[in-house]
Amino acid sequence: MKLKTYTISVYSENNVGLLNRVSAIFLKRHINLDSFSSSESEIKDVFRFVIVVKVSFDKIDNLVKQIEKQVDVIKAFYHTDEETIFQESALYKVKSNSLFEERQIQNIIKQSHANIVTVSPEFFVIEKTGFRDETEKLYNDLKPLGLLQFVRSGRISVTKSKMGISEILNTFKENNKKN
Amino acid sequence: MESTEKIRRDKNIIKQISGAEAVIHCLLLEGVDLIYGYPGGAIMPVYDELFKFQDKIHHILTRHEQGAVHAAQGFSRTSGKVGVAVATSGPGATNLITGIADALIDSTPIVCITGQVASHLLGTDAFQETDIIGISIPVTKWSFQITKASEIPSAMAKAFYIARSGRPGPVLIDITKDAQFEFFDFEYEKCLGIRSYNPFPEINLEKIDEAINFINNAKKPLIVWGQGVLLGKAEDELKSFVEKSGIPAVCTILGLSALPTSHPLNMGMVGMHGNYAPNLLTNECDVLIAVGMRFDDRVTGDLKTYAKQAKVIHLEIDPSEINKNVIADTFILGDCKKSLDLLHKKVRQNDLSLWINRFKKLKKIEYKKVIKDDLFPTKKGLTMGEVIESINKYSKGDAIIVSDVGQHQMVACRYAKFNNSQSNITSGGLGTMGFALPAAIGAKMGAPEREVVAIIGDGGYQMTIQELGTIFQTKVAVKIVVLNNEFLGMVRQWQQMFFDKRYASTKMVNPDFVTIAKGYNIDSIRVKERNQLDSAVKEMILSQKPFFLEVCVEKEDNVFPMIPSGASVSEIRLE
Repeated sequence: MKLKTYTISVYSENNVGLLNRVSAIFLKRHINLDSFSSSESEIKDVFRFVIVVKVSFDKIDNLVKQIEKQVDVIKAFYHTDEETIFQESALYKVKSNSLFEERQIQNIIKQSHANIVTVSPEFFVIEKTGFRDETEKLYNDLKPLGLLQFVRSGRISVTKSKMGISEILNTFKENNKKN
Repeated sequence: MESTEKIRRDKNIIKQISGAEAVIHCLLLEGVDLIYGYPGGAIMPVYDELFKFQDKIHHILTRHEQGAVHAAQGFSRTSGKVGVAVATSGPGATNLITGIADALIDSTPIVCITGQVASHLLGTDAFQETDIIGISIPVTKWSFQITKASEIPSAMAKAFYIARSGRPGPVLIDITKDAQFEFFDFEYEKCLGIRSYNPFPEINLEKIDEAINFINNAKKPLIVWGQGVLLGKAEDELKSFVEKSGIPAVCTILGLSALPTSHPLNMGMVGMHGNYAPNLLTNECDVLIAVGMRFDDRVTGDLKTYAKQAKVIHLEIDPSEINKNVIADTFILGDCKKSLDLLHKKVRQNDLSLWINRFKKLKKIEYKKVIKDDLFPTKKGLTMGEVIESINKYSKGDAIIVSDVGQHQMVACRYAKFNNSQSNITSGGLGTMGFALPAAIGAKMGAPEREVVAIIGDGGYQMTIQELGTIFQTKVAVKIVVLNNEFLGMVRQWQQMFFDKRYASTKMVNPDFVTIAKGYNIDSIRVKERNQLDSAVKEMILSQKPFFLEVCVEKEDNVFPMIPSGASVSEIRLE
């Protein structure tokens, strides 16, 4: 079956070991992660993982259910690219003298709407946030001019639709009161 | 030492006790009075408290940590309670892993408690340090490392709640040695819920109506039930539903005994070595009602050809099992005790006599081609089947049968008669050789008033044979039957059928098992001839003590029927 890119969003408790639990689910099925990032979410004490994978449609549902099955996971969702707003950040470290020797660098930076984060006598660092093809284009443009270092973040994304995590947590509170 | 009654009155608060003592109070407050384990350096503070509390908690010293965890599983499966196994750090903890994996795949509620090196030594490769949390993650339902005594009550309360609720499973609690020594004010509150975990999904009544619509219009409906019925204590609901609807019912290996073998609508077992009719008719039924089972590959064979003609209704408590292997036409998420009851209220009885006759006819074929020669052989060598039949005769179908893994397991599960639920204890999903002997110890302790017969092959027996020591020491009256064919029989059968009889490393040269049993002071008999069998089995069943029976069976018998690995259930072979 054809592979498709999915963004998996996992809302969870911030417990030691959960990262291993979630990654073990992919390991067991021999699925490579395209990217992985974690941070706090909009709710206090709730963490959010954003995982990007390429899998077939018949696998994704099962995969996400396995993640949601973990005791410390509050809710897991999956979305296609069309259903999310997503970005990645990349940093490019370039030798400072190439800024003067390779005149087109200035044009490349301007055209790509990238920012210069820091400048020192030896090097300067460019930052670009955008889609994968944009950060990749900048990489390809800068590479022949001498890149000292390059790093790209995992995808961060928010969904167009509502997640409703607060509602889930409230229902839990209500149910617990009833008990 | 304060009594449990006292702390209950005091809202479960005790001032300034050690973490190790707190562990004991947690166990007592969870109603635990029997645990299995093996001491060692990093868990010694807990054992010191076990010594002080020995009038309240009985600790069974097994001869290997694997024995402890399998015993806890056996205990859980006959008592319906959470089993507990305790081990030290490092090798003690890693020795539990096989049993934990077995408990996960067979949904057995157990809590394993391991000692760990002191927290300041974590990550230093200290003596007997191993990352047991990391190692156990893929095989536990939940795990937690405690590094402060104050974390013990809440972690233990969560552990028991998670192990037994929803789809049950194993939980591991790892406690550093300094946390066991640390003093703190103990306060215990039972866990009633966890916000990220919903073990009791609410039943969608529309789905009940959808399912009833399929069922009431079916001409050839079939119920396939699994262990979920036993775990959900839904035996009565299953029976009522089956009887009111008149639908033929078949089970998976772990579903055995939920409905008595003799029930007229119990048509037998599905699966690789299951019965002929249930497997064949899976591919003829028009509505398949799957209750608390997970469509394991040993049940379905080739998924591409599995029950394609049928509307599939899946009753299941674990959402991740729905549409995992078989796409359901409708599913009822929730506790099958409730959903079966709801179905029972609305189901109509249709005339299914023609359909039921199909089962009876195919059963006759299976009897003629397989069962007759298994149970009443005319050839010289003893069969495994006739041993099971003899056990049926003297136990009258009231025994708990604990089987290991291999040919004898398939034969035991095919032919054992079960009058009562929770009577079939076997390692289903993981297929753990060495399971039966320690599991039988736990099974007997979980149901002391019942007869427990362990059926084991000569291979699996030697994987945990050291637990004879536990039987010797505790005098637990388990009956051990070794069906000795001097081969790793199931592998040999596959070598014969699929590897041109190249019997690579399956021939076993065995010790004198009767002499070994005698060394442990266990009464024992060896049977080599048919005319000795019945009297030996009778003596074993009548004995009030542990008993060992070795039956030397035909060396190269095969188990049939059989669905070859990866083939369709319709391709089931009788020879």
